[in-house]
Amino acid sequence: MLYKETGQYKSTYKSDHAIFPLIQDKIAFSTLMFIAFLIIPFVINSYWEKAILVPFLIFSLAAIGLNILTGYCGQVSLGTGGFMAVGAFSTYKIMTYFPDLNIMIIVLISGLITAAVGILFGLPSLRIKGFYLAVATLASQFFLVWLFNKVPWFYNYSDTGQITVSERLMFGIPVTGATAPPYATYLFCLILVVLLGFAAKNLIRSKMGRSWMAIRDMDIAAEIIGVPPLKTKLSAFAISSFYIGVAGALYFAVFLGAIEVTESFDIMTISFPVLFMIIIGGLGSMLGSFLGAAFIVTLPIGLKFIMVDLVGLSAVTAKHFEITIWGLLMIIFLIVEPHGLARLWSIAKEKLRRWPFPY
Amino acid sequence: MSVELLNFIETVLNGLMSGVMYSLVALGFVLIFKASGVFNFAQGVFALFAALTLVGYQTGQVPFAHLINELFGTNYHNWYASMPNFLAIILTMITMIALAWIIERLVLKHLVNQDPIILFMATIGLAFALEGVGDLMWGSDVKVLDVGIPSGGSVWLEEATIGLAAEGSDYYGMYIDVLNVWATVIAVILVITLALFSQYTKTGRALRAVADDHQAALSVGISLRTIWILVWAISGFIAMVAGIMWGTESGVQFSLSLIALKALPVLILGGFTSIPGAIIGGLLIGVGEKLAEIYIGGYFETGALENWFAYVMALVFLLFRPQGLFGDKIIERV
Repeated sequence: MLYKETGQYKSTYKSDHAIFPLIQDKIAFSTLMFIAFLIIPFVINSYWEKAILVPFLIFSLAAIGLNILTGYCGQVSLGTGGFMAVGAFSTYKIMTYFPDLNIMIIVLISGLITAAVGILFGLPSLRIKGFYLAVATLASQFFLVWLFNKVPWFYNYSDTGQITVSERLMFGIPVTGATAPPYATYLFCLILVVLLGFAAKNLIRSKMGRSWMAIRDMDIAAEIIGVPPLKTKLSAFAISSFYIGVAGALYFAVFLGAIEVTESFDIMTISFPVLFMIIIGGLGSMLGSFLGAAFIVTLPIGLKFIMVDLVGLSAVTAKHFEITIWGLLMIIFLIVEPHGLARLWSIAKEKLRRWPFPY
Repeated sequence: MSVELLNFIETVLNGLMSGVMYSLVALGFVLIFKASGVFNFAQGVFALFAALTLVGYQTGQVPFAHLINELFGTNYHNWYASMPNFLAIILTMITMIALAWIIERLVLKHLVNQDPIILFMATIGLAFALEGVGDLMWGSDVKVLDVGIPSGGSVWLEEATIGLAAEGSDYYGMYIDVLNVWATVIAVILVITLALFSQYTKTGRALRAVADDHQAALSVGISLRTIWILVWAISGFIAMVAGIMWGTESGVQFSLSLIALKALPVLILGGFTSIPGAIIGGLLIGVGEKLAEIYIGGYFETGALENWFAYVMALVFLLFRPQGLFGDKIIERV
């Protein structure tokens, strides 16, 4: 009853192709955008910004990127950390060479650079598939992190090997650096996520997105009906890397401010968690990318709260517990709902459609 | 012989021996992948867990001591001062078998017929869970593991080789760690045992049947679940051997679980489904890595190539043989 499409007639192709064809979805989405743009910026404080909202937005972006590659094009990648590092270090180098460039442009250029690197590391995907490819993408992870760690040019010969962001303004308000107010960093990320999210959604509904899915479902069959595998796979790598690169740029410039590459872009801190996000959220689902990111970002906070504040364990033991529970939750999740949170949502929608008369 | 040649031989020998260590880890992967189609990322954590458990039994630590002490304010540490190595190893083996059984019961049973990627993610979850449990049970401090395997440079070899160089040249003999020699011997014994086991015993044949074709094996009355438990137990045992070797060399600590990442290029080089592939792949990667470190690493001021060199080497191989050196030929149909 609540969620019925009865009576909502489509009389033009345009309305039939809308992203949100149902009025309920439109209302829900507008409400969400209203809260995100007009309420949260006024109530946000630095804890919510640093602990939940900004990492959530950044990891959503990374998850969308990986979902394009893995969920829509079927190429498993474990190199997310390496590509995010490319985004971060491009931002840093562009910042040092062009001090006057607008931060938004810097972030987008970093994304383009990452896309180029992504195409390069996507080349093996033309020959190898499945787990062989997954392991091959690990090569990019290790190589890129090694490169940024060992070649001093990338971190401007600083003694610590760290890179630190300098202050950049957007409309006169700092969005990067230590003085940036919470609402500014939040809005900066939010705008990028909304714009790029819409772009991704539309890409997926376009010819390109459909050819990705054709390659995912059966690559040889797709090739026979005229989907060029070279172009399709490499475009998926490029666009996925673009999103991941932008996420990496934001992760460095807006979120952390100062990073050390081996710690911040490790396979355990980035690559696997982002892969978890899209699997828990739902492979091949935009909504899933967001749900997965929200889940993975909030889970450690919730666990830590329970362990340290409620039970009273020491931080070290709580950390071990957290890892254990994390692992167990992953397994339980995969057993109970291997199609992810997005699938739970579609089941809920189905239930709502019939409620309160289930038969 | 010239000093350069002797150095080259030394490098190759050392490379072969570290390659054996990689093969040991890769072997566990291959066994599980062949029998159950699961790409078991937790293999490295298996090794860590086995080594932790072994040290725990040896020194008589109370499991979960930290947790119990923190929750109840008690002060438990050790049950007994020490335990004979051989008893501790047997107990660890029993623990690993129990672990295999638990994993089959709680995880694999529920994930039959899922996509390989889902199973792979489940083993990553398993890796996290097991690492956490290991730390909770035995504490996360770096531990010394000593089961009586000698280590250190071989004096005999050093003296034997010092005379090979030309008179008056600046040569001090080859350096080879005795531990690595032992590791090689043990690995060879292990592989021969495995080969004999799978060739000549009934269970071994059942194991190969399952690896060949799940459905056919089921239809002739082989219990898949028993075989899976068996395979996971065997790879748990191999992980224990690897854990002992690596643990003796560098102490039992978290980084031990990262040897899984070292074994992955070995796998893609040798092929996921081939036991000889795992061994030869390991040897190739070991030698390649050591040679690269010495002969190419010099050109980069930065060094430390070994993190990624193996991957690049494996990638180059893959471009020519997408299924690895010895992997099954990939045949695809629409």
